[in-house]
Amino acid sequence: MPENKPITKNVDWIVVLIYIACLAIGWVNIYAAVYNPEVQTSMFDVSNNAGKQLMWIGTAALLIVCILVIDYKFYETFSFIIYAVVIALLVLVLFAGSNINGSRSWIKIGAFSLQPAEFSKLAISLAIAKYLSDPAISLTRKLKDYYPIMGIIALPAFLILLSNETGSMLVFASFAVVLYREGMPGFIPAIGMVMAALLIITLLFVKWYIAGAIIIIAGLAIWIMPVMTRRRGGLWATILVSLVMIGIVFGVDFFMNNVLQKHQRGRIMVLLDPDSDPRGIGWNVIQSKIAIGSGGFAGKGFLQGTQTKFDFVPEQSTDFIFCTVGEEHGFIGAAIVVFLFVCLISRLVILAERQRSRFARVYGYCVAGIIFFHFMINVGMTIGLMPVIGIPLPFFSYGGSSLWSFSILLFIFLKIDAQRPFTLSRG
Amino acid sequence: MLENRRFVIIGFFSLVGLIYLLRLFYLQVLDESYSIESSSNSIKRVIEIPFRGQIYDRTGKLIVYNTPVYDLLVTPRKARVEDTLRFCQVLGIERRDFDSLMAAAAAYSPFKPSLFLRQLSKEDFASIQDVMVDYSGFEFAKSSLRTYTAPTLANTLGYVSEITRSQLEKQEEPYYRQSDYIGQSGIEKIYENELRGKRGTKFVMQNVAGVYKGPWKNGELDTMAVAGENLYTGIDLEVQQYADSLMVNKVGSVVAIEPKTGQIISMVSAPTYDPNILASRHFSKNFAALARNPYKPLFNRPVMASYRPGSTFKLIQALIGLQAGVITPESGFTHANCPMGCHVHPATSTVALGVMHSCNPYFYNVFRRLIYKNNITNTFRASAVGLDDWHDKMSKFGIGQRLGIDLPSEYKGNLPNKKYYDRFYGEYRWKFSNIYSLSIGEGELLITPLKMANVAAIIANRGYYYTPHVIHGIGDKKYVKPEFLERHDSGVDPRHFDPVIEGMIGAVEGGTARRSRVEGITIAGKTGTSQNKKGDDSSIFIAFAPADDPKIAIAVFVEYAGAGGSAAAPIANLVIEKYLTRKVTNKALEERMLKADFMSKVILPGVKKPVTTDSTRKKPVPADSVKKKPAAPAKPVVSNRPVAVNP
Ligand SMILES: [Zn+2]
Repeated sequence: MPENKPITKNVDWIVVLIYIACLAIGWVNIYAAVYNPEVQTSMFDVSNNAGKQLMWIGTAALLIVCILVIDYKFYETFSFIIYAVVIALLVLVLFAGSNINGSRSWIKIGAFSLQPAEFSKLAISLAIAKYLSDPAISLTRKLKDYYPIMGIIALPAFLILLSNETGSMLVFASFAVVLYREGMPGFIPAIGMVMAALLIITLLFVKWYIAGAIIIIAGLAIWIMPVMTRRRGGLWATILVSLVMIGIVFGVDFFMNNVLQKHQRGRIMVLLDPDSDPRGIGWNVIQSKIAIGSGGFAGKGFLQGTQTKFDFVPEQSTDFIFCTVGEEHGFIGAAIVVFLFVCLISRLVILAERQRSRFARVYGYCVAGIIFFHFMINVGMTIGLMPVIGIPLPFFSYGGSSLWSFSILLFIFLKIDAQRPFTLSRG
Repeated sequence: MLENRRFVIIGFFSLVGLIYLLRLFYLQVLDESYSIESSSNSIKRVIEIPFRGQIYDRTGKLIVYNTPVYDLLVTPRKARVEDTLRFCQVLGIERRDFDSLMAAAAAYSPFKPSLFLRQLSKEDFASIQDVMVDYSGFEFAKSSLRTYTAPTLANTLGYVSEITRSQLEKQEEPYYRQSDYIGQSGIEKIYENELRGKRGTKFVMQNVAGVYKGPWKNGELDTMAVAGENLYTGIDLEVQQYADSLMVNKVGSVVAIEPKTGQIISMVSAPTYDPNILASRHFSKNFAALARNPYKPLFNRPVMASYRPGSTFKLIQALIGLQAGVITPESGFTHANCPMGCHVHPATSTVALGVMHSCNPYFYNVFRRLIYKNNITNTFRASAVGLDDWHDKMSKFGIGQRLGIDLPSEYKGNLPNKKYYDRFYGEYRWKFSNIYSLSIGEGELLITPLKMANVAAIIANRGYYYTPHVIHGIGDKKYVKPEFLERHDSGVDPRHFDPVIEGMIGAVEGGTARRSRVEGITIAGKTGTSQNKKGDDSSIFIAFAPADDPKIAIAVFVEYAGAGGSAAAPIANLVIEKYLTRKVTNKALEERMLKADFMSKVILPGVKKPVTTDSTRKKPVPADSVKKKPAAPAKPVVSNRPVAVNP
């Protein structure tokens, strides 16, 4: 077996280079975000976030070396054990966690804090991949095969909900991507998106109008459909779908007023109309749009950003790091970051598709989906296209937990991918 | 089949990326309202710093307010000064000042405005403003100066100054910026969050030259600055200044409390300084001078200085003894079998007489009974248990505890317990005979003037106190902090106070403090002498009046002034009379106290005494030379009279 060939030969260098580029750009922008012209500290000073991030990057590099050294079969063999360990950590944090910003989800080790919730994505990905690696499982035909997947996702989601960290829970929606690829009928994610759209429309318009519109569209569909297709049962399906949609519209009202907490409701309302609350929650959105918008085409230059300094944009080095990119490096800088992410995610999909084992493919899609969702929500939030949900931008945002978890997530896949020539096809 | 779904997935990812790129292009390139580069105007955020809250006295008189001033800022890279000479003339500065100020500003940042000249008065501003138009790169910023209506209360009020580097780095939320002001001591520090108000933010448009072009987006996003909350003190400014005048040329404290509420009526820390000198352009120079002053005018003596309580402590001993039942009001003790000396006085056959004549053996016996009250036969063990029991009872009077006054650095004092002596002697290696000096307020006890004023308030209230506090109302609603409305019990029943108060009245009428009694007011008081190893003893007096309906409780400490009756009692009684009647009848006594100078007796550590006849005096000292008055009283290095305002 030629397994002792150096890993450097087989690892996908395109992904590695994009990864390094993201870390470098992120680190420089963290420094710019925390840079205070009145209390200047060096980029390497561990008293500021940039210096600390450098330490995190260094430790991440060590982790990556470990991941690449460990036998690739380890991840598949131990995926359920890794899942169990993360679940145990999530339970532990509920009892022994330190309270940071109102959410009890951190484990403090000295001056640094770790967030087990960040690692739940990795655990779920491995567990789903392991589960789906059984060729007998089919997502196309058997509904009961979905139950274990629901369980795998729901257990950590429930624990995270208990620790009041709803932001990272939403990312679990990203597993829809892999399920779709593995055979989930296309209408399910479509319904998800329609529901999200309905939610927003309901908040903007009177619910009776929307109900009327749905009925009209359904009527048109029923009238046109027999002409377009020859399928039967379309009539009842359309009526059912319309009724469900109308139900959703009326349910949203209830959902908004009784299920969501006040600050969550506010975040959704602000997405629709930031000017509704310019001093409160809208502040974040407005300030972040000003910061990005003021960057112009070419940006103001490194450390020349004014809007991201002091308290202009909240959490500049963590969740709003993209503002600093947009302000100091303009449209060019922001476009490069968007481009990097689209390239990275597309490359991951391509890599996933060339895997011979189903485990590797499913895991690859999980990684791509998770990074994509983080990117979509985080960047969308800063440019006012998504509600303000506090989740990090992978490889860019300051924070050890997120950097570690994304690096581990990514490099486990790269390791598996590097061993691809030696794995046997199993389905 | 399913493999083809990858195209849907990649397509969806790319679509989101494309939407985001379009959105970014719209925000950053097309939408003019956010763009700075594409228009000639730039958006600038201006932080508006509100006025600090004002501080009032108990009668509504203003103590601290703000005077608007102007700071001149320079942006070095933009600065154009062709004729430096004229520029310097206009500003009234030297050429080398100009160079050093410019260099400092450039070192800070060539692109950002930094402070050039601080605190120009309104008049200066008016005369300079027109000329400054000729020089680009300079701008004015409105600011304000703390201003004090009277040269008093310097240490209580504290001062405001530029935030220090370490404070700047330590702040949890980035609120302050360099060169911002922050309360550094006293009330200004403790109530910083209330006084500072809420900063406003304005977004304004400027053209390339920095000329104001109106609000950005019609000021929609601006927030108004909100002035700081006013603070209402319990200080009586008139009495405060009167007490100040009596403490001139003395080192010590006056603390007066309203017993029923715990409000501080007056708080003198002598020597003092005029607070206005630390609220001027010459802050650094003046502060350095105060810090160097050997009499430590920046040391807030009422809450920070430590003394032994001396005989004033006997009052609490008597109260605890009565409560514990080891004595009754009719208990009498003689000088027999006591290792302590006493002076010649009539028989002390009751508690009241014991207090009135301040008989040392009397309280030696009370304390002995308190320590040996338990039924333990081993005297070592009995002392250990007895002392801890006594310690708990004493603590309820605030001795050895932080009272929680709203001033920084309150000294806790010292009240020894078993553990304390175990460290010196070892467990069960000491007994009453080692610690009896505590009975008369000597030994290892340490208190502050504030604590003894509070003891006077407890006795005046017959058993309880409210935490002494300076601020008795925050903001327009005059909100009182709940901790200042909480009644603290001393653990001694009201009836036990009667004999002690009777003794205190006796002490003022015919006992140790009889020379300073006030006609028409019944004052209950007790003198004390805090022994000083290095020089003359400190004179202590605590009192309250009127005895039947107390309105003021007071403690006066005068260092190096000898026995309690000599300086502290007269000053206390003059202040009491002033507060209760607004006038002073005993003009001769007042005159004597105003003139009294105990400062020349102060022995400064490490500082050679000014040359006087007794300048060679060193320990051990022959008794007669101590009494000798200096032939030519030397002026202290710095007078403790309020220092003149620096122009
Ligand atoms: Zn005696």
